[in-house]
Amino acid sequence: MSHSPALTVERPSAAPPPMRHGSSTKRKQNIAAYLFVLPFFVVFVAMLVVPLVYSGYLSLFESKLIGGDAFAGLANYVRALQDSAFLASIGRMGLFFVIQVPIMLGLALFLALALDTGRARGSKGVRLLVFMPYAVPAVVATLMWGYLYGPDFGPIAQVARAVGFGTPDFLSPVNILGSMMNIVTWEFVGYNMIIMYAALRSIPGELYEAAEIDGAGQFRIAWSVKIPAIRPAILLTVIFSIIGTFQLFAEPSLLNAIAPDAITNSFTPNYYAYNLAFINQELNYAAAIAFLLGLFIAIVSYIVQLSSQRRERRERSAS
Amino acid sequence: MRNAPRTALSLGAGAVAAALILSGCTPGGGDEGGDNGPITEEQREEALNTPTELTFWTWVPDIENEVALFEEKYPEIDVTVENVGQGLPHYQKLRSAIEAGEGAPDVAQIEYQYIPSFVLSESLLDLTPYGAEDLSGDYVDWAWNQVAPDEAIWAIPQDVGPMGNLYREDILAQAGITEPPATWEEYATAARAVKDATGSYISNLGATQAGQMIGFFWQRGVKPFGYDGEETVSIEVNSDEAKEVATYWTELIQQDLVSTDVDFNDQWYQGLANGKYAGWLTAAWGPVFLQGTAEGTSGLWRAAPLPQWAEGEQVAGNWGGSSDAVLASSENPIAAYELAKFINHDEESAMMLATEQFLYPPQLSVLEDTAFIDQESEFYGGQQVNKLFADISETVDTDFQWLPFMDYVYSTYEETMGTVIADKGDIAAALDEWQDQLVSYAEDQGFTVE
Repeated sequence: MSHSPALTVERPSAAPPPMRHGSSTKRKQNIAAYLFVLPFFVVFVAMLVVPLVYSGYLSLFESKLIGGDAFAGLANYVRALQDSAFLASIGRMGLFFVIQVPIMLGLALFLALALDTGRARGSKGVRLLVFMPYAVPAVVATLMWGYLYGPDFGPIAQVARAVGFGTPDFLSPVNILGSMMNIVTWEFVGYNMIIMYAALRSIPGELYEAAEIDGAGQFRIAWSVKIPAIRPAILLTVIFSIIGTFQLFAEPSLLNAIAPDAITNSFTPNYYAYNLAFINQELNYAAAIAFLLGLFIAIVSYIVQLSSQRRERRERSAS
Repeated sequence: MRNAPRTALSLGAGAVAAALILSGCTPGGGDEGGDNGPITEEQREEALNTPTELTFWTWVPDIENEVALFEEKYPEIDVTVENVGQGLPHYQKLRSAIEAGEGAPDVAQIEYQYIPSFVLSESLLDLTPYGAEDLSGDYVDWAWNQVAPDEAIWAIPQDVGPMGNLYREDILAQAGITEPPATWEEYATAARAVKDATGSYISNLGATQAGQMIGFFWQRGVKPFGYDGEETVSIEVNSDEAKEVATYWTELIQQDLVSTDVDFNDQWYQGLANGKYAGWLTAAWGPVFLQGTAEGTSGLWRAAPLPQWAEGEQVAGNWGGSSDAVLASSENPIAAYELAKFINHDEESAMMLATEQFLYPPQLSVLEDTAFIDQESEFYGGQQVNKLFADISETVDTDFQWLPFMDYVYSTYEETMGTVIADKGDIAAALDEWQDQLVSYAEDQGFTVE
């Protein structure tokens, strides 16, 4: 805390200087700025833009085991759009999104609000505990849950048997999607909670005072002050969740080892692309699938953002 | 563990996009070919006495010991052993390195069924000019045919998995069965008796285990795959004989006499250890593997040949096994060939592989060595298990072939057959589906399908 006064003092001098310093200083600063950006830019271009363009280029070709490569135009894309396995995987993830994301974000929001009231005892400990699963790598988390789900030695199954419920089959083809939703929820509740909680902390206290003076209770404050105030943060978590959902990979690929009959090669779009590339050796088609998936995610994210902005605008004009 | 489990291999890491890009699309390749005639003795001498560095990709544990023998004999040659993964990840890395044109090893372990896929991409060196022809008589015929399906010789056989029947003598005895079932018909009767008397399954058919099913096909004389080394493949996984095998298992499964748990995971290990399965139809690498898995049941197991389709016959299939191949891109092909040969042919090294790493040998000299075949195994009540499998090895059909895209074959097996087996459905019908997918993939890839 003792640093903050110094920071606030220094800040003005770091701000852009007034125009009267002349254009030569400005040019120098511009050059300096570009130099600072350069390292990032080099890495960005080399590691992201070039590969992206290259895989876009690859997706326009067709490579056969016999006959080699040939230009195929958009044939891979046409094939992808008619590929029932690909479309089914998108549909499956759509279902996943519709069910899992509201549960996860609802939980995260509830926890964030509960912690923010400051009434819950040991809130720091709770915060840490809820956040901890996020620090566990997805691979470890999936392996761990794979064990927990196990029908013979999994603790859940053992307890269920002891109580007389029989053996729940979490890894059957019917239940695997739900089991995966549970894993993902467990992993990411804490992460989303932290985003929301941080946003809650930045709401100015006067708003609460004003609300209290108006006679609002805690629930009313939460509903009418806090949630609207952190809407941008919630939107952010929604968009992260869209991306995360459609890109699920580690979970299906690891669960495939313990439930190969339940996880098909095209369980999620990303996993499908991986299998196409490395099992079927159809790199070009996999590149097209990956591109389409990226495009799809961008569109869905954009729609979500757009609709929320529209709502905000509507509300603003209404008030 | 060593050879077979395809199931546990798919622990692929992320990095899809990155790898997609890195692996590019140009087929790389060496094209030395063997047109410069056989290697002379002087060339061999020279190559073996020139300081050389070789890289050897394999997942055989402790193979450094065999490599040390090689380095001792040829001190000028320095071999680096690298384990880049077992099975699928190994092949993926190998293909990526080949396509990238650099980073590929000189010698690589390759399971028999994957040899054609590397022949197709012209990645392997034909070992004929290096003198591999002279070794042909030193291995069981069918194993040699696996590495030399046509004129060329693509690798040196390392280990094999002729199939047999490991069973719990005590459980079968409880059901009144004192002799291992000699025919499949008897096996089905025994399965009923075992289930009724003890509640155990006579064995487990791993739902997604293509290797085991293909082994059964092999025994039945099914020739599901064929590849001419060029552009023509033949695919017939749904022949009448294959359907006969499939129907047989469908019936056992639907009567709940055989379980269909996914194999090579904890559940399944436990099932072997606790008597849930009274047997395991497995390969020659199975006996030692089982010892490690079901320690507590030592002395209760016995080994026998597979049940037969016709009474009085003795025919077996094969499940698993590897070879060591020299890559066409190797800059030191002579030394690389000598390494592949030494590891799997030198008396001491081959014996070591058989007795220390427990790879079941294809080499006749080891199979005839009393130090190997007369070993008595406590776990199997003092039975000479190695000898039994040595006899079985003689009865494996000699011209079984593979397709040049077995990754796809196995993965569609999981999709089409695996789900049906797990659901206790009609396996014979699933064969048609599998067949259709294989044919359409092969045609899409530009093969001529016969």
